Amino acid sequence: MERNLMKGNEALAEAAIRAGCKCFFGYPITPQTEVAAYLAKNMPKNGGVFLQAESEIAAINMVLGAASAGVRAMTSSSSPGISLKSEGVSYIAGSDLPCVIVNVQRGGPGLGGIQPAQSDYWQATKALGHGDYQLLVYAPCSVQEMVDKVTLAFDMADKYRMPAMILADGLLGQMMEPVTFPERKTVFEPKPWATNGHGGKRKHNITNSLYLVPEELENSIKERYKRYETIKANHTEAELYMTEDADVVVTAYGAAARVAKTAVNRARAEGIKAGLFRPITLWPFPVKEINEAVKTAKAVLDVEMSMGQMVEDVRLAINCAKPVEFFGRTGGVIPTPDEVLENIRRLNG
Amino acid sequence: MNKMKKITIVTGHYGSGKTNFTANLALKASNAGERVTVVDLDIVNPYFRSADFDDLFKNSGVRLAAPLYANTNLDIPALSFDLDFIARSDGYIIVDVGGDDAGASALGRYADGLAAYEDDIEMLYVVNMYRRLTGSPEEAAELMNEIECASKMKCTALVNNSNLGEETVAETVERSIPYAEKISELTGIPLFFTVVTDGVRANVPNPFSARVYVKKLWED
Repeated sequence: MERNLMKGNEALAEAAIRAGCKCFFGYPITPQTEVAAYLAKNMPKNGGVFLQAESEIAAINMVLGAASAGVRAMTSSSSPGISLKSEGVSYIAGSDLPCVIVNVQRGGPGLGGIQPAQSDYWQATKALGHGDYQLLVYAPCSVQEMVDKVTLAFDMADKYRMPAMILADGLLGQMMEPVTFPERKTVFEPKPWATNGHGGKRKHNITNSLYLVPEELENSIKERYKRYETIKANHTEAELYMTEDADVVVTAYGAAARVAKTAVNRARAEGIKAGLFRPITLWPFPVKEINEAVKTAKAVLDVEMSMGQMVEDVRLAINCAKPVEFFGRTGGVIPTPDEVLENIRRLNG
Repeated sequence: MNKMKKITIVTGHYGSGKTNFTANLALKASNAGERVTVVDLDIVNPYFRSADFDDLFKNSGVRLAAPLYANTNLDIPALSFDLDFIARSDGYIIVDVGGDDAGASALGRYADGLAAYEDDIEMLYVVNMYRRLTGSPEEAAELMNEIECASKMKCTALVNNSNLGEETVAETVERSIPYAEKISELTGIPLFFTVVTDGVRANVPNPFSARVYVKKLWED
């Protein structure tokens, strides 16, 4: 297989092209601008549309339009830009439309900073826009996984007719690693609901998130939540690393998990039975998998590049059966393997 | 290694390894007793840049001129130093330019001032066969042309830095020689050297042995 040395941002852009994405609408923001720069050069060469919109809000609404017409569409931004998109994302979810949204997280709140962070976990998994809905949320931790999860996100979004998010961070976006790309996708499931012209041959389709009768709105939401249950039962994903006999299990996702893995390896070298639980789907959270991972644990250490957001899902998923402590750095500061190791030692007692 | 000229300008594609090469070149010259100034001219890349090596350079006596706000949260591509003034000082100057034509446009701002030093300038074009958009000699030659247009300067020599990051083995580097030679043929500029990092025992003509300074936080 051909290996390429790619930046995370470029890799996910190339993966989108190969997944059959034909429309990208975006607006520049550090540290994700390479996604747009790469697609500006390469989308037109692949028969697609690249458009730099006048704002993030315009970009997400263009995604809504393209998705309505049955086209695979994507937008990408970083934290403050994702906040701007939230209204559009809610409309997309309410209209049962598939799309992929990339968040290469940076420090917040507000304008925050341009260094990597993971402080949009709550936004991605619980609160990106108003209303009863969820996004599929994937958390890659390597440049290869950026490729793999973008590919998967497009397929899952289509299958369940809902937006999927790649929740990356500045470090994953900017760093370089070797990757292999999948073959270009050429066969797609039909989208009989798409508003792509009935040609007088069928009833016209409507995509819409407005319901005039409360019961009809309730029914549409309940139908969506049935799909969510199917996803929860079938599509969780996590990596369990050295957890079989672990006394201390570290939980971390994305770039923080890379740091945590090095810390776990150093702890093992000292004779401490440490392990790592890394959720790859953040919604749905891998409940079954985390309970398997912490089976032998005396304590759980949640590590994030935030003040502690996923830690709440960790406690909830294991029903507080084990003590869960938190260690994090935030605002663009990345925890070091030694800082994590120190906390593992402390919890090991 | 070829005799260094007073000013070495390092250009290339995003991620071709300009920064790591710059660090190696600077530290080698400095360890050989030369006075060296590194100029971080990268206004494109927010992370992984020459300004990251502030401490390493300081400990080795290498002077660093970087944009005032490099590596802070202020995303302003402002160049807060006078390259002409630096060029007039003694010692060697190595300029780490941002990637592609976008990064090279910052160099264009200094092209007129640098014209006075024409004979003392080596402008290197760094290539990596494993970077997707410059994976063919033709693409690499085309990008060099774009960099020359944006910088209003001419590349004078090639550096082959073909690598696959942590997966680089001898064969990775050896396989890239025909690629680098073809770029040399297409562009008409000589291939100065091929970078071989520590621990990789590649058998190539004109090897430039280098250390990997650009590392990820979790790598030992």
